[in-house]
Amino acid sequence: MMIAPAVLYILLVVGVPFFLALYYSLTDITAGSRTLDFVGLKNFRAILDSPQFLTALRNTFVFAIGSQVLVIVLATILALALMKDFPGKWFVRLLILLPWVAPMSLGSIGWLWILDSIYSVINWTLQAAGLISADNWPMYLGKPYLAMMSVIGVHVWRLLPLATVILMAGLTSIPQEIHDAAQVDGASPWRHLVQITLPLVRPIMLVASLFGLVFAFTDMIVIFVLTRGGPYDTTQVLSTLAFFTGIQGGDLAEGAAIAVFLFPMLLVVAFVFLRVARRTEVV
Amino acid sequence: MAGRGVHAGVIGLFTLFTAFPFYWMLITTFKSTGDLLRRGNNPFIYNEAPTLENVRVLFEDTLYGRWLWNTALVGVVVVIITLVLALPAGYALARLTGRWGEQIGIGIFLTYLVPPTLLFIPMSRLIASVGLQDSLWSLVLVYPSFTVPFCTWLLMGFFKAIPTDVEEAALIDGLSRLGAFVRVVIPISVAGILTVIIFSFTLVTQEFVYALTFISTASQYTVSVGVPTFLVRGDVYFWGSLMAGCFIASVPIAIVYNFFVDRFIAGFTVGAIK
Repeated sequence: MMIAPAVLYILLVVGVPFFLALYYSLTDITAGSRTLDFVGLKNFRAILDSPQFLTALRNTFVFAIGSQVLVIVLATILALALMKDFPGKWFVRLLILLPWVAPMSLGSIGWLWILDSIYSVINWTLQAAGLISADNWPMYLGKPYLAMMSVIGVHVWRLLPLATVILMAGLTSIPQEIHDAAQVDGASPWRHLVQITLPLVRPIMLVASLFGLVFAFTDMIVIFVLTRGGPYDTTQVLSTLAFFTGIQGGDLAEGAAIAVFLFPMLLVVAFVFLRVARRTEVV
Repeated sequence: MAGRGVHAGVIGLFTLFTAFPFYWMLITTFKSTGDLLRRGNNPFIYNEAPTLENVRVLFEDTLYGRWLWNTALVGVVVVIITLVLALPAGYALARLTGRWGEQIGIGIFLTYLVPPTLLFIPMSRLIASVGLQDSLWSLVLVYPSFTVPFCTWLLMGFFKAIPTDVEEAALIDGLSRLGAFVRVVIPISVAGILTVIIFSFTLVTQEFVYALTFISTASQYTVSVGVPTFLVRGDVYFWGSLMAGCFIASVPIAIVYNFFVDRFIAGFTVGAIK
């Protein structure tokens, strides 16, 4: 069988660690010691009692859902705008794709510099325009709400190109006759958009959201580089918390328990979207 | 016309949003440190003469060149492993009809959704137990875990588009199934294979969590981990060199990528909708 090597490899490198993660989350394993005892649900009780974990859980949802809503709205606008022909389109498309293609940790560092508390170019421009005063520069990454908005903004920046390109593929696949028919029927541009174009791209929009949500739930690059979860854990999400607890803190068991919390969420997301995407395909 | 003005405005705003950080990296790359760190200076212009000092620091005082090389090396090896595993798997899945084929296909797709953040803790333990910690080989071993599912999925889409008569003709001419695959199917799928090469390579350059977890020696870092961990030390930021490092590692990949995007989207959407 030609699939066997790939399946075997995936089972070994994804399956084994996956079940190990489940197992670790039920033990008292730490990075330093060789002992490993089964402790049942103790880690889960411990993390559920920890305010830090509950904050991270809430932040995960705020971060993932907030960024995803913005991504879909903005990507729809951008995709519709890019469907028209205009001079320099090739170059514009290259510029728009940049954030998705560039290594994300490096893109985040670019933002770290743009949002810097002392040298932020955004603040300099706002001040030059007379909108803020010199002694009152916002600290984008140092104030709880601003920090959360910043990490969401950078994450949107990162995912916008992919969502846009997927939506464009969806828009191109609508047969021209449907548009022509709507034109003949005299539909206004707005009705055309809401009643014809958007429903037809819905399945592919869902695919884009599935990928986006999975990324947002699990990815930690933006937050790790920009805030390390701070200030005061206000941008800590499950993935960064698992890293700081499990790897830097050496508490592998508790880190694994935190990471395992991601799994049911991913399962629900994947299940819902596969179902919905399949059902709408019939339309 | 008002409509055209709005359209240009929308495109302009989005382009500003997506491209500004890269423009800013480029500007910063050639600024002298004094120019960067004087608050009164207009950040958009060179108040002092542009300099190559930041680029020199990057290549001579840090291991940047080494990180680029490490990334390329891991990328190439992972691409080879990915092709060896994903080509036959994608082909078999494209030709396997019925319940089993579909379910293995969905299963492989779902493994792509299992994130590194869930696996990195046990993985770090496994890597340590086989003695690969702090070695690029740990990344070579682990990275195919996300490139293989993704590329199998993409290739399945490409292979499905090839009519079966092509192989049947080859089988009649006396080639074995494997022979038909290697001598007939692979040559027609060059475009798909190129796409897979580019994509697994970029997935590798993007990867952060595993590299951050497994590697702690500077000489073994990849670019995506080396730049943020090595050039940001406590409160000291070497902004000029940081931005140079980000720009140099980002933009060339983006340009190559732009040529393959249409094909990727075609494969991606075929796979995702079917």
